[in-house]
Amino acid sequence: MSSQEGNGPVSDAPMIELAHVKKSFGAVNVLKDISLRVPRGGVVALIGPSGSGKSTLLRCLNLLTIPESGYIRVGQSAMDFTNGHKLPADKELAAFRARTGMVFQNFNLFPHMSAIQNVMEGPVTVLKVAPEAARVTALALLDKVGLKDKADVAPDKLSGGQKQRVAIARALAMKPQVMLFDEATSALDPELVGEVLAVVRQLAAEGMTMVLVTHEMAFAREVADTVVFMRDGVVVEEGPARQVIDAPRQPSTRTFLSHFHNSGLTSAAVNG
Amino acid sequence: MHYDWSFGFLLQYSKLIAIGTAYTIGFTLLTAASGFVIGCVVAIASLSKMRFVSTPLVMLVEVFRCTPVLVQLVWIYYALPVLIGVELSPAVAAFIALSFYGGAFYSEIIRGGIVSIDMGQWDAGRALGMRRFDLMRRIVMPQALKRMIPPLVNQAVLQLKNTSLLSVLAVPDLLYQGQLITSATYRPLETYTMIAAIYFIILFPMTRAASVLEARLAR
Repeated sequence: MSSQEGNGPVSDAPMIELAHVKKSFGAVNVLKDISLRVPRGGVVALIGPSGSGKSTLLRCLNLLTIPESGYIRVGQSAMDFTNGHKLPADKELAAFRARTGMVFQNFNLFPHMSAIQNVMEGPVTVLKVAPEAARVTALALLDKVGLKDKADVAPDKLSGGQKQRVAIARALAMKPQVMLFDEATSALDPELVGEVLAVVRQLAAEGMTMVLVTHEMAFAREVADTVVFMRDGVVVEEGPARQVIDAPRQPSTRTFLSHFHNSGLTSAAVNG
Repeated sequence: MHYDWSFGFLLQYSKLIAIGTAYTIGFTLLTAASGFVIGCVVAIASLSKMRFVSTPLVMLVEVFRCTPVLVQLVWIYYALPVLIGVELSPAVAAFIALSFYGGAFYSEIIRGGIVSIDMGQWDAGRALGMRRFDLMRRIVMPQALKRMIPPLVNQAVLQLKNTSLLSVLAVPDLLYQGQLITSATYRPLETYTMIAAIYFIILFPMTRAASVLEARLAR
């Protein structure tokens, strides 16, 4: 394992770089030699059937899951897991994770804190920002996601869509270099999906580098530059979003996408 | 059968009874606090992936869980000094036994509370860049403690009742004072009735509070 700070890659280097990442749980090889690059400001959608390894890959990007081998770089923080490198310590993992923002399928808001306390928690506890200053930033972020008036509300009094928008504000409060979304709309009622996607769309427009694991094909097509189709722990197809979704080259991509075209989910999400 | 109840004579022993009550409550509070600290340490260690830390502690806990506290008291007072070569006062021996006995049960309650917290909470804290200590202090423990309160109160109730065993080491707790009064007055019925009543008066509100809390948290 090696950490590099400062004098890192120049700005036209990819923001995220993954090389030969492997991970298995027991006898199951979840990720089989995955390599991926995301340019600065790029938006990548990871799609694929459940069990394809896309969520594991996303969790490897901020080291919530530690790969067995491979190289991972986000911005100027790099971790090398190739043979012979020892596992990173808690402190190094924490520092790495603090620079990426993650949004979860089940929101994972802290239920014992109000909305604004959720957003302030990272800056105050991890970045040691003064609470007054953190509160100002947090309020601005809640305003950005349209929830300024819910600042002092407890998470269990919020709708799913509102919870997820608070979770996005919480991740943004760390001023992350990249944002990771793990099926951020999968647990939402259909009528609440749109408000969350609108926030993601806005972040994309602002140039945030993002990786989304998603089942919203129409949204992936609209917002992502690149779509990566995974199956059984390998990248089957990767290319410009419209091309992969509208005219997939690989038979298994075609099969996977046909479920969405048939069910009409694609158009429903666009209107959301 | 006719018996002339007369509680009046107990008044002259009120100081003795007050001292006994103070010892009983004092030992409960003291060993509940030290037991909680021991329980926290054991719980966190037993959740750690380092076997060489967790295994001995788990074994120690099992020893205290699977032997009677009366045996522990006697063993620590009479047997432990032979091993370590230091004479222990009855109060110190009692403190050690009740702390570890309580700690053994607290650790299970605390461990259960910690593992009951959804993995998503750990993920969310880690994703913000929190280190282990902050994750415990800010995210996991505040939520876990809430769930632990009812079982912890129940354990404290048991802890208070267990202090009555201190009398075998001649620690002047409530029961021991009762024995003194009985041997001086030959009136066990009134004396022990009063002793039982004092335990009840202390513990009944505690158990009520625990079940109210439990009901409130279950909502």
